[in-house]
This record gives sequence, C-alpha cells and structure tokens, in this order.
Amino acid sequence: MTLDARSLTGKAPRPERHVPLIVVGAGPAGVAAALEAARAGVEVMLVDEHPVDNDMMAMDVPLYFGGRMDPAVRNRALMLERVVESNPALAAAADAGVDVQLGTYVWAAFIPGPTSRELDTPLLGLADDRRSWLVGWDRLIVAAGARDVVLGFPGWERAGVMGAGAAAALLTRYRALAARRMVVLGSGDLGLRTAALALEHGVEIAAIVEVGERVRGDDKLAHELADRGVPVLTSHTVRGVRERTGEVESLVLTAVDAGAKPVAGRERAIACDTVCLAVGLAPSVELLALTGARLRFSSPLGGWVPEVDASLRTSVPGVYAAGDCAGVHDGMLADADLAREQGRVAGLAAAASLGAATASATLEAAPATGEVHGHWQTWLRSLVNAGGMEVNICQCEEVTRRELVETRPPRYLVWSSPQMSARNLDTLLRDGPVNQDQLKRLTRAGMGPCQSRRCREQVGLLLAQATGGPIERIPLPTFRPPIRPLPLNVLAPADESAAIREDWVSWFGIPTQFSPHWDGAPIDEPTAHTRLIVSDE
Amino acid sequence: MSEARGAAVVIIGGGVTGLSAGWWLARAGVDVLVLERGIVGWEASGRNGGGATHVYSPFGLEEQRLWPQMDELLGYPTEHQPFRIGVALTETQLALARRWAEIGELRGFRWESLDRRQIKELVPIVGDDVVGGTYLHFGGHANPQRTVQAYAWALQDHGGRILQHTTVTGLTVRGGRVSAIETSRGTFSADTVVIAAGPQTGIFADMLGVSLPLAPARVEMIATEPIPPMRIGGVAGNGLYGRQTLRGNLVYGGGPHEWINVPDMAAPDHPNTPLVRNLARRLAELFPGAAHVRVIRSWGGVVENTPDGLPVIDRLADPSNVVIATMSSVGFGLSPASGRGISELVLHGKCLFADLGALSLARFAHTPPDWRERAGWMAADAPLVNVR
Repeated sequence: MTLDARSLTGKAPRPERHVPLIVVGAGPAGVAAALEAARAGVEVMLVDEHPVDNDMMAMDVPLYFGGRMDPAVRNRALMLERVVESNPALAAAADAGVDVQLGTYVWAAFIPGPTSRELDTPLLGLADDRRSWLVGWDRLIVAAGARDVVLGFPGWERAGVMGAGAAAALLTRYRALAARRMVVLGSGDLGLRTAALALEHGVEIAAIVEVGERVRGDDKLAHELADRGVPVLTSHTVRGVRERTGEVESLVLTAVDAGAKPVAGRERAIACDTVCLAVGLAPSVELLALTGARLRFSSPLGGWVPEVDASLRTSVPGVYAAGDCAGVHDGMLADADLAREQGRVAGLAAAASLGAATASATLEAAPATGEVHGHWQTWLRSLVNAGGMEVNICQCEEVTRRELVETRPPRYLVWSSPQMSARNLDTLLRDGPVNQDQLKRLTRAGMGPCQSRRCREQVGLLLAQATGGPIERIPLPTFRPPIRPLPLNVLAPADESAAIREDWVSWFGIPTQFSPHWDGAPIDEPTAHTRLIVSDE
Repeated sequence: MSEARGAAVVIIGGGVTGLSAGWWLARAGVDVLVLERGIVGWEASGRNGGGATHVYSPFGLEEQRLWPQMDELLGYPTEHQPFRIGVALTETQLALARRWAEIGELRGFRWESLDRRQIKELVPIVGDDVVGGTYLHFGGHANPQRTVQAYAWALQDHGGRILQHTTVTGLTVRGGRVSAIETSRGTFSADTVVIAAGPQTGIFADMLGVSLPLAPARVEMIATEPIPPMRIGGVAGNGLYGRQTLRGNLVYGGGPHEWINVPDMAAPDHPNTPLVRNLARRLAELFPGAAHVRVIRSWGGVVENTPDGLPVIDRLADPSNVVIATMSSVGFGLSPASGRGISELVLHGKCLFADLGALSLARFAHTPPDWRERAGWMAADAPLVNVR
C-alpha cells in the first residue's frame, strides 16, 4: 500500500517514559490515591504543579493570585521546600515508592480516538519552566482540585483583588501571601474559613461581606470569628475599589435591599490592601474535559463535574476523578478526609483494574448539599446593580458586561455600522440557544492569556441572567490544550523526529493543489501519483 | 414551527462557502434557506489560517477584487488586512515563496524580493538565520470567526434564513430533481439545492447516486497570547501558514495531517495531538524574537480533499437542480468569490466571471473506488482500547 509521507501516519511521538498510573494533583485526594495504589504494588507517578512559577502566578494561573504574591515566590528552591514541608503526606508517598514530580504542569491529555488514531497510547503532556515532555499511561487519576469563582466590580483589575483558593495556597503551601489587611467577600464556609486561616497567619481581617441577609456558613465558625472581633456586614455588596498606584487602597461597600439593589446613602469605605473573593469554588475540570470524560451540571457540586461511578471511574476507560475536581462543596472544605476517601477509592479501583490484588472499595453517595449558583447569581446581580454594566467582565481582553450582552465587536476594531448596532444577544438568541463559545468569538470575552479562568463563571452567570434561563442550559465553553499557558520554546520538543521534520509541509503536499488552474493557466503536469488516483484508465 | 417549509434555494451546510453563496443569492433577491447541523461556521470555516491569497485559482482575481470591499458589502467586520510577507529560512523555502509570488505576477500583481535587513525591519521578531523573503502587494488575511458570522448576519439582513441545529438526514429525488430535503426538523422543499457541507459533501452526493471522491482529514493550529501588532500581520514561512491577528495573537498551523474515516465524522470532535508541540517549535524557529510568547489555545479542524486537491464546483446533470460545492480544504479565503460563483451557477447555470472548467466533477468520472487506498490517504486502523 502507498503511504502518504506528508500525513501523520507512523509519526506519533514516543513518550519519554510510560507509567502504569499517573495521579494529577497532590492534594489530599491525589496523595491518598497515589499511596493506596503504590501500596498495592502499582508503579505510580504523582504530578503537581506547585510550586508554580511567579510568571504563571502573575497571569492568575492556575488560581486567582491577584498580584498578592510575596517576592519570595521567585525563589524556586525555597518554595519547593515549603510546598514539601506543608504537605507531610508527600513524604509518605515518596517513602511508599511513589515517583513525586512537583513544580510540573499538566498541560494536556491526548487519548486515541476515532479521529486521532495515530496515537498508540494515551499520553499526558507535562512541562516545567524550561521544557515540555510526554508520558504514556495506562490509568489516570485526576485530582486537580478547584478554581476560584471570580465576580468583577469596578477596579477588580487592581493588584490586591484575589481569590480564596489562591489565598489559601499562598498562606499554607507557599507562606508567601503579601497581604496585611483583607476584606473577605462571602460568608459561606469558604469565606469564614478563609478569614480564619488569614487571621491565623497574622493577616488582619477588616470585614467579611455578605450580600444576603444573614451569615451563610457554619454558626460555630462565625461565632469564633465574631469573638475575635471580625465584623460581618450582611446585606452589603461592593461598589468598587479605590486604588493608589494600581494597588487596592480601600473597598467601597454599599448596603443592599432584599432585591440586591443599593440603598441610597448607605455607602462606606473600608481601608484594606487585599480583597479576597470567597463566594465560591468551581471544580477544575479542564484536564478531564480534554480526556473526553462526560461532564454534567450539578449546582451542589459547584457546577460542571465529571460523571463518575461508585469507584470514581469517569466515562472514559482508565480515567478516574477524585477530590474537589469531581465536585466541591462545604463538606469537602470542612473535612479533608472526604477527599482522602475519594482518593483511596480511586487508587484502589485503578490498582485493581491493573491486576493488583486489592480489597475493593466503593463510595457512598456524597452527602446532599445546597445548590450554589442561585447565591452566586444574587452576588452578581448586586454587583451589576451597584457597579453597572461598564465593568470589565474579561480582564485580558477588556470586554465589559455591556459589550458582552450587546455582542459588540472588540473596541480595537473601532467598528460601527447600522447593521452591527442592530445585533445583540436577543437577535442571536433567535437563531439558537446561547453558547458561550460563540460569544467568545464575537466579543473576545474569555480569549485571553488567563485562559478564561477569571471570567468563565461570570460570563456564564451574566448570560444566564441576560437570557432569563437557568445556568445549566448554557453549554460549558470548551477547553483546548495547552490548559496552562506555556511559552513556544517550552512547548517545543527538543527531540523532534526526523520524519516530522523532513516531510513537513504547510498544507497536505498534494502536488496539484496550488498549481495555477484558471482558464488558460500554465497548468503543471500532474504527477504520476495524481494521475494514478484521479483516473485508472 | 412557523417558518415556511422551503425556499427557492436551500443550501445544505452553514460553512463559509454555503454562507457566502447564500449571501450572494439573498443580495440578488432570491429566497434562500441555509440548513446547518450546528452553529454557523463552527467547523473548519471558523478555525483556519484566515489567508486570502489564492491567485492560482479561477476564483483568484475575484477573491482579490472583493476582499477589500467585504466589510462594506457585508456591513460587519471581517478584519481583512491586505498584503503578505513570506519569510524563508532555507533556499527551498525561498523558492516556494517566490513561486507563490510569481503566480501572482502571472495574474498581474506586483511583488518584491526582500533581503534579511528589509525583513527584520518589517518583522522584527525574525532571527538572523533568515535567507530572504517576499513582499506581496496583493493577498491578505481576515478573521475567520468574524467573517463567517458576518456572512450569516448579512444573509439574514437581505431576507435569507438560517436554521441552525438542523441536520439533513435525507434527500428525495423525484422526476430527476431533488424534491424534498428531510431534516431533524421536518421536510423542506426547494427549487434548487446547493450542497456545501465540507467533509460531508460526499455523503450527500452519495444519497443522489453521484460519486464525489472526498477524503476528510484533521489538521491543527496553535494560537499565542497577543504581542504588539507588526506593520503587516500576514507573515508566514518555515512551513507554517497563518498570521498575526489584529489583536496581536500569533495564529499558525501546518505540518502533517491525519486522514480520517467518513463515518467517524458523525459525532464531530476535533482533538489536538502532540503535534501542537511541533507547531510551537516551527513558530519559535520562524520568530525567535517571540520564542518566549505563550501558547494559549490550539484547534483541530476537519477538512476534505479531492484526489487532485482542487475544488468541485459544479451543477449536476442528474438530478438537475443540484449544485455541488467542495473547496477541497482551501475554502475560507476564496469564499467571497466562490460564493458568488455558486450563486451564478444557481441563477444562470454557469459562473459568469470565471471559467470553472478545472473544477468540474467530470474529471473524476474514472476515479477508481479504491482511490484513497491507492493514494495512501487512509485512516489508521481503530485505536487500541485504553483498558487492558
């Protein structure tokens, strides 16, 4: 048979190594999974991106760091030491024979499928700050944790506005949070725990702000914070940030009524250098999405989560999900043992499926908790009421809320026409259901270097409000590799094969494709190859 | 559904070619309906290099004439930008770039050779290993995503209709004509049917008993974060096609394609593969001054090719009311002209501004059924199942 030398046939890259089981994420779930599988005799690699490089943090990847990193994060060796120190289970995993890879990004999963048959094994794309490489695997446990849910307000671009997940990471793993006086937004367990943790590390908590009428989180926690003199402002929302030289100087709040509308004359400014958004967390499903795992919407679990069975198997053979990325809620925050148990179950199931003799374990259904998106919507409504529609919803591309719902083309095009002015979200909806990816293309909201980490949820929520539909009707915007923004010279393979280089063409290499063929053109003589396939006469 | 159950012209496929044809027809006052399986321009029409420099084609002159007017004609932005720069890192690459330019010269366009110093002035991110290049005073590029939506909206502005999320499931032939188009949303009638369904065009041709040899393939691109805009964004070379967008992102593709099976397109997915790394390497070689720039996205798109890589734009003899349109994987840039040509095939039975003889279906009358095997254009066997 003829071979098309210009095609991918036979050019699948060799992975640097092959591991029976890779666990992504060294939080409680990931470490427990790796330990369990290693104890069952399986060769395991445990990968975690922390300590994350300063440049990545500055882009708010993977969490919403908000520029509140202490300069010490530039000291990689020190940060590595602290990440290891803060997570004693890592040492236990290493002792059990787990190959622990820290400071290593997972930027893609490649799985052979109907339209990518040239891959001969599932691969994971890994990288550090200097180079990228590929590792093959038989089983993959994703324990990627959760991301900060970000809601904007005037001035949220300033250094000092950050997320609760990032604050926790900087406080505990890095011990490098550059905050002195913090206002926490959100009084659910996430907000209360963030405030308590910050206090514990010597950060002053100026206030906890809650849009609802009462504190949402655990009573005991709330009382403890009240005893320590932390004020809680209920029925309040954010008017905006006052800044000095690009940094947060104070936060302006306003009281709101039961309809989340500002009450006139009830504004106050609170001096602070940090505003911590602790309204909610969303499961980090980007890697799971790249594997093709089926996702479903569950508000009590924080939004889009993988479909899993009692052994935490996803819909993709060989791929498991455990911990916050499989669903995050207050119970998970309160008790890390829930995540550990999920990790243990996934680790055992993966080990058993690889032929290890293990006790089987399954998981009881997660305790039912309340839905969260209604509350996030209340927050967003109050912020829109107080801050208006001229607030950026996408920082990277500078797209405002108004520009999103009016589906304006980006400002740099300086475009206007009567036709364009007549188009908006309503006219778009006449042609089909709302789709975040389509609005991304039209407005560029979500197209920037933070890879829509700061706007994904708020764009979805605002579109749901603008269209009057439930958030779960809005399809999850797609994730594309690399799911961490990596420099060209890091992503580039050092070991590119000769076959790839020698037969490289920009487009198919069909000899006649770009020859002149207008009437009377000096048409190139078709090659023997073309003659053969065009006609067998 | 309250909409009329048919149209004078029904177009199967809301990709760039079908949308442009529909727009030209609607402009001419024709009652036109586009049926699209998903969202307009969602497949390769909306994810490609955006190049608009195809002077070798019978549509080439019209492509060059129309692009500078498209924003105004459509009433929506396409981000069209004129001119192209070809950068060569080897003598072979330089010969390829010059050949492209010389074809343009044959058609009356102007171009210049560039030396290393001139290229560095225009494209400051190239390295010292540049051998030479070309500056084309023709051609250009546009934003595919914005352009497909512009066609769709402009078509509607002229009274045309688009039904998204509508899958065509069958074609009924009666009395030598397609009399009905069956879809997931009911049956539609048409005086003329245009089949412009990209890689699936062959499936619809099959339904009519017409053999249209087409092989689908997956191709990949990468996009970086924005960097300051260069004077000319249409810069390519080193085996890559692409551009710097008006926003500043570097968006490039190239390299090996993967042939895929027709049935595997039923549930479209567009995976990227580790090839994104090779693309990154090529781009860093082309632009060493931008090697530190971050890749933030990649795409995979499915495109189709005929055996000779040239389009098929033809009116069928039987059934007599069908126009077939596949651009053989090079459709975006030519779309202003190809759509116009197709609209003329529908209205006048022939393209009035160009001779489309080279694009006739008849040239494949003797193509053997096993042509894909002969060409080596076959998909690999089914992948091994992941679980042992």
